Amino acid sequence: MKYHQLIKSIIALALLGAGSTIFTGCEGPPDMGNSSAALADDVASQVYVPPGEYDEFYAFMSGGFSGQVSVYGLPSGRMLKVIPVFSLDAEKGYGFNEETKPLLETAHGFIPWDDAHHPELSQTDGETDGRWLFINGNNTPRIARIDLTTFETAEIIEIPNSGGNHSSPFTTENTEYVVAGTRFGVPYPQQDVSIDSYAEKFKGTLSFISVDPEEGHMDVAFQVLLPAFNYDLAHSGKGKSHGWTFFTTYNTEEKSTLLEVNASQNDKDFIAAINWKKAEEYIKQGKYREMPAKYAHNTYNEKTHTATSEMKDKVKVLIPEECPGLVYFLPTPKSPHGVDVDPSGEYIVGNGKLSADMAVHSFTKIQEAIAKESFETTIDGVPVLKYEEILAGIVEKPGLGPLHTEFDGQGNAYTTYFISSEIVKWDIETQQVLDRIPTYYSVGHLMIPGGDSRKPDGKYMVALNKITKDRYLPTGPELNHSAQLYDISGDKMKLLLDFPTIGEPHYAQAIAADKVMPNSKKFYPIEENEHPYRTVREKDARVEREGKDVHIYMTSIRSHFAPDNIEGIKVGDRVYFHLTNLEQDWDVPHGLAVLGAQNAELLVMPGQTETLVWEPKAEGVYPFYCTDFCSALHQEMQGYLRVSPANSQVALDWRLGYDEPVQ
Amino acid sequence: MLLGIVSLMSLFVFPMWQIILYAPQYPDGVEMHIYIDKIGGSSPGTLQNVNILNHYVGMQYIEPDDIAELQYFPYIIGAMGLLGLIALAINKKWSYLAWTIVLVVLGILGMYDFYLWEYDYGHNLSDTAPIKIPGASFQPPLIGRKQIINFVADSWPHIGGIGFGLSMLFGGAAWWARKKQLST
Repeated sequence: MKYHQLIKSIIALALLGAGSTIFTGCEGPPDMGNSSAALADDVASQVYVPPGEYDEFYAFMSGGFSGQVSVYGLPSGRMLKVIPVFSLDAEKGYGFNEETKPLLETAHGFIPWDDAHHPELSQTDGETDGRWLFINGNNTPRIARIDLTTFETAEIIEIPNSGGNHSSPFTTENTEYVVAGTRFGVPYPQQDVSIDSYAEKFKGTLSFISVDPEEGHMDVAFQVLLPAFNYDLAHSGKGKSHGWTFFTTYNTEEKSTLLEVNASQNDKDFIAAINWKKAEEYIKQGKYREMPAKYAHNTYNEKTHTATSEMKDKVKVLIPEECPGLVYFLPTPKSPHGVDVDPSGEYIVGNGKLSADMAVHSFTKIQEAIAKESFETTIDGVPVLKYEEILAGIVEKPGLGPLHTEFDGQGNAYTTYFISSEIVKWDIETQQVLDRIPTYYSVGHLMIPGGDSRKPDGKYMVALNKITKDRYLPTGPELNHSAQLYDISGDKMKLLLDFPTIGEPHYAQAIAADKVMPNSKKFYPIEENEHPYRTVREKDARVEREGKDVHIYMTSIRSHFAPDNIEGIKVGDRVYFHLTNLEQDWDVPHGLAVLGAQNAELLVMPGQTETLVWEPKAEGVYPFYCTDFCSALHQEMQGYLRVSPANSQVALDWRLGYDEPVQ
Repeated sequence: MLLGIVSLMSLFVFPMWQIILYAPQYPDGVEMHIYIDKIGGSSPGTLQNVNILNHYVGMQYIEPDDIAELQYFPYIIGAMGLLGLIALAINKKWSYLAWTIVLVVLGILGMYDFYLWEYDYGHNLSDTAPIKIPGASFQPPLIGRKQIINFVADSWPHIGGIGFGLSMLFGGAAWWARKKQLST
């Protein structure tokens, strides 16, 4: 019985414990501050852009794993456009039509996708100038240039001897260069070796891509060959530090497996500081090695409306041992992610993501240490400076998991904390924390218009978050990433707006609308069209056969195609629809879709020519039509194409309208 | 008098007339410019855009090469310039008066001709027009503003047309000045 009583008293105790927990301990989830109650009263008016009026800023957000760039207006958070860059876009025929396919060529052949991380606006005198937007392709290392007069991808260059182009493109002060760095150490040159030979055979390259000041054309000017650390992010110096570019590293342990543990052992990793002006001198002196490489350089010509792809086969490489003064390592705690240079160019913030404190380096002190050659050690010819000697100060325990910092031009820095899901504002000179505000949830990059330039526009700040969870109406397991807009014009940061974004916006950049808007083109002048298959007058519309290739020189104008009845196509032919849009008015594209075409539509801007290739598989009469609602008679904008058997005698024939003589 | 000739010559540089069509989806307006020898607009595509609009209701295609006036207008204006110089050389009351009267008559004839063209474009519609609106007239105003279905149409002289007007005034002024000169 005693045993039975013991059981009873245990049960009674358990009940008592549970009861007391209910009464004293269980208060429900605590208030995490993520309700709209945290908003000030007047925020709606701050983000309200009345119908017919324009936003103050263009914001360019990377699409992350969508491979594209999305354009938003700020402060409204309205999406203006998605610009296809590294991924196919059936909506615009990008990568599907013959003209844009070459843009996606690489040393590995045609690649329909990439992971686009960091948009970077071109700069003049350290200020965003609204000419071009650059963005890196992370997976198959590339950099793209987008022309901001057309908002179209104008050029893509591949980065050789590289794996994972993450620390890119991050321009210099006058867009002399955009940069690239390899996230993965790779065998150099690429070869079949044991992964265990990582420390000996693998290398890391940092690349400087020159940008032509007039046309914007890119070229891999040189690469710097470094140990196989993982190069994470970068920023170029400005003002007094103009001429230098800084790259963060992790995995200075040089491991290849279970990196979350093995690459997190060193107390300090490095920021690699490259003196690119020195590099230019070495290149001039011929102190480079020309190494074999294979990489594609693709350019889109706005006159021919066609991209071409060229394969390059060598690259200039600088070796630190042979080029003293080219590279220095700045010890920085611990696995620093972003490296951000303040508007004056003096402070270099190493966002040590696994560190409790945040180190701020002084460019002046770095120069002093270099001058007196005060080095801790040397790694593969690269002097390592002494941490204490180059430190401007430490932001003490500001938050958990610092990733990125931007600036407002008023002496303040704003740093994102992924783990504690917040943005912390601090004073650059004193490193004192001034304010903090939550993000929803787990912010990665942040963006202030011009926030990484010499002249930030410190009015708004956008948090680009990695986790969305319950912020919007649920849409199943997959959720768009969330972004928050804050007012940073006062002492306290203020949440204004929250909106979903496309793909995974890693980074974004924004620019005052008046720097871009006046240059935005409305259409392409038809008389400047130099496409080899253009048809600039409707009466020149025709069909030509060259063996099994059939070229349809087709025009579109509201509201018909010329020709719109075509006969004499045979099974086994390769049919090229070269559609020229004869319109010369803003916002009158015409589309073209053909039944059964294993392809996307064409979407042809006024004055442009695009080509859809179709290989009919079976005889019949195939309809085609305009896909973009162009006019009151859009629905009538349609036609037929007759496909006959391969051995048929049906003559090639075309027409537009019954009154017109055939041919 | 020289001012009169100079303002007349402005017709060789600037359009004489402008017709502007406004609708909500044309925020910049469709601004057609009529020169003495061609038809242009605020954008190189203006004439094409006007023709695209016109074709919905079956208006004729405006083809500058088929408009005879645009061929001989420059000669008339050039001749008037020469006659003006001659009038200046003669420097008589009657020479200025005659030049001015010819100019006024030409102006009236020109406006009448313009009206006929407008009437023809506005009323002579194709039988196969996709959109037929019973009772609607598509004739633009001779001068002033008029609602044409969903468009507001403005029709005003452009710089060249104003120059033409001024040349008549200057011609008249020359006659008057000469008259005063002679009477004193």
